[in-house]
Amino acid sequence: MSNAEFDQALQTFFMESRELLEAMEESLLGLESSPDDDDAINAIFRAAHTIKGSGGLFGLDGIVSFTHVVENVLDRVRGGHVPVNGELIALLLSCRDHIGMLVEQIAADPSAQPDKELESVGSMLLAQLKSYQTGVTHPACAPVSTSSCTEILPQTGNTVENDLWHISLRFGQDVLRNGMDPLAFIRYLDNMGKIVHILTLPDAMPFALEMDPESCYLGFEIDFQGEGIDKAAIEGVFEFVREDCSLRILPPHSRIEAYTQLINELPENNIALGELLVNCGSLTRKELEQALHLQEVLRSGAGTGEASKLGDILVEQGVVQPELIDAALGKQKVARENKSQESKLIRIQADKLDQLINLVGEMVIAGAATSLIAQRTQDAALHEATSTLSRLVEEIRDSALQLRMVQIGETFSRFNRVVRDVSREIGKDIGLDILGAETELDKSVVEKIGDPLMHLVRNSMDHGIEAAEIRLQRGKPARGTLRLNAYHESGSIVVEVGDDGGGLNRARIFAKALEKGLVTANQVLSDQEVYGLIFEAGFSTAEAVTNLSGRGVGMDVVRRNIEALRGTVQIDSVEGTGTTVKIRLPLTLAIIDGFLMGVGNSSYVVPLDMVMECIELNEAERQETRDSNYINLRGTILPFIRLRDQFSVRGKPARHENIVVVQYAGLRAGLVVDELMGEFQTVIKPLGKLFANLKGIGGSTILGSGEVALILDVPTLIQRAISLESRVLN
Amino acid sequence: MTIHIETHNGVCHVHVAGEMTIYHAAEIKAELLPCLELGAELEIDLSEVSEMDTAGFQLLLLAKRAALAANKPLRLVAHSPATLEVLDMLNMASYFGDPVIMPRTVH
Repeated sequence: MSNAEFDQALQTFFMESRELLEAMEESLLGLESSPDDDDAINAIFRAAHTIKGSGGLFGLDGIVSFTHVVENVLDRVRGGHVPVNGELIALLLSCRDHIGMLVEQIAADPSAQPDKELESVGSMLLAQLKSYQTGVTHPACAPVSTSSCTEILPQTGNTVENDLWHISLRFGQDVLRNGMDPLAFIRYLDNMGKIVHILTLPDAMPFALEMDPESCYLGFEIDFQGEGIDKAAIEGVFEFVREDCSLRILPPHSRIEAYTQLINELPENNIALGELLVNCGSLTRKELEQALHLQEVLRSGAGTGEASKLGDILVEQGVVQPELIDAALGKQKVARENKSQESKLIRIQADKLDQLINLVGEMVIAGAATSLIAQRTQDAALHEATSTLSRLVEEIRDSALQLRMVQIGETFSRFNRVVRDVSREIGKDIGLDILGAETELDKSVVEKIGDPLMHLVRNSMDHGIEAAEIRLQRGKPARGTLRLNAYHESGSIVVEVGDDGGGLNRARIFAKALEKGLVTANQVLSDQEVYGLIFEAGFSTAEAVTNLSGRGVGMDVVRRNIEALRGTVQIDSVEGTGTTVKIRLPLTLAIIDGFLMGVGNSSYVVPLDMVMECIELNEAERQETRDSNYINLRGTILPFIRLRDQFSVRGKPARHENIVVVQYAGLRAGLVVDELMGEFQTVIKPLGKLFANLKGIGGSTILGSGEVALILDVPTLIQRAISLESRVLN
Repeated sequence: MTIHIETHNGVCHVHVAGEMTIYHAAEIKAELLPCLELGAELEIDLSEVSEMDTAGFQLLLLAKRAALAANKPLRLVAHSPATLEVLDMLNMASYFGDPVIMPRTVH
């Protein structure tokens, strides 16, 4: 297997591990509410088991040794030897996190050595696991406490019975000439602990004449027992002959596979060597058979098909996989269970999908150009053909975009853990309600929404939901509720983070804003505008934490992130009963159904979903509204913006002007345009950096004629229309 | 280090005295191997071996193998404490198959 293939396989391992860890977390959290759920326990066990097995395949010893212990405990849980309780679940969650860290560390740098911090966390967790691992029922088989070096973990399962270190020594021929006497080292080793068994191997020594009496030809297989001895100490013994000997050390209770590997690596004949190991007591006969069988399996695996890849990795990397067979069987079992689901899913690289979307975008533009030409030629047949084509293009566009849509539920469910952990941390009892988990949105949006959500959730928990006593005083249930909700609303997705906490204090926020100079004393602001103030950068002060129960800390960052996604944030709050933060985001960042409008020679596009209706602005109304910017639309006031003025379009207004009524976030406004050009598939092209600060324009698109049309940023325009109007009124 | 060789009734007696170490390994080998040709059996008296290292031990191994190859018995006799310690430590006493008086090993 080439390096590239190996890397790819490794990447797959990381991806799978992440998924398994997610599943593990989910099941663990599920166990909290129903501790007897056998399915969940099995799922957790399988996840750990598969990670361990695959990890071993890549020689990721750190992951394998840690996960092994976790798996061990899980096996005992599965067998009913260890009861499931909150403490155990918390520990297992920490273990899951640790495995995740180990995986991520190697994903970041495959050659990385575990850092000290990770290692200390690991050994701490292992120490905690130990009590579950052996359990109180079998105090006799408690492992000898060793200096929690991961390599010498006592391992059960597919391991040899013997509890001794096994040392394979082969001295180089020059060792004597270099003034070293191998016997001296063995003597020293014997002093350090106890050589339980030693086998001297003279096989390398040639006969009579060729034998150089000053060369060393000996090898030794040693079974060694030592209290408090670790691998480094044994290596230390042979420090001086390090270059003149080959040294292999297997810790006590090593896996049989390790012995298989040893047998493979040693120069002597396999079978004979196996016998030797049996003779010197390292292996039982049964274990030898198992080891040789494994070797067979590994060899034959190198033959054909799927197995050959596996075999290649093993041979090339010189790693014999721990419990290969076991893991493979386990995998097959899982595969059967997930078969129906798996056969429906394909893993695609995100950039391939992006390329497809780009191409579809280009096709939409090219299709528009074709339709335009067809219309000009007035050829009925051509016209029909192009209209069929554009319908198909539209469908392709929709399905291509659909490919990128993912359910938000996955993002939401991560918060189960967050809410659980944070509520313990801050000592409040808080539950999480998830609604609308099946709501879909663009993958790129989902990726970026995680951080702002996290911030909002934490904020709600820290400062929104009151302590239990205050809640009871206010006649609310002691257990606070945090709500995550998602739904579609006119071309955007709305994500809500709600709590049933104390709500925001309007007067205090206003006072604070006044103090900060964000508002003036006689300014009239709606509730929402006041609440919106907490997103101002100036509000992020430590003082705000106490005065406003912390609302507003880092909120400006949240708003910036949301706005970067062309989204908006809005807060609804009722004092005493709770706060809801609504995030509105566009469904996709690539292609939208647009509504094309013309002003003079320029074209503008608004997202079709935002268009409520189009009305003609007749001559009488034109006269009426010459100086004002609103009309009476069926009894309600509709403020509007003349795009001609807004964008300083030259030329006289057309004889018939129209108002396009757009709606966003419950607000309505009108856009006065010359011409209504109808529906248009819009491929959004971002504006260059130069225009990044341009207000009111969200992007550009290319029309079929090759002309550029600007895409209007409706929320900003609406805000602008409303504030202009209120300024005039004031 | 001195080696004394004499043959009685087809048995070649070799008496090694002093150090059986790397310093004399070449010398000992040169003397020891031809002894196999001198008689039908070979007996090596180790009673006066004061020191034995890996090289010395290897020579005993070599002699044993050569004897086996030639189908002639080889006996190590009267092991000195120094030789016994080595044979015992390397667990090789049984390989040579000679009756030895095992000292009580205390580990």
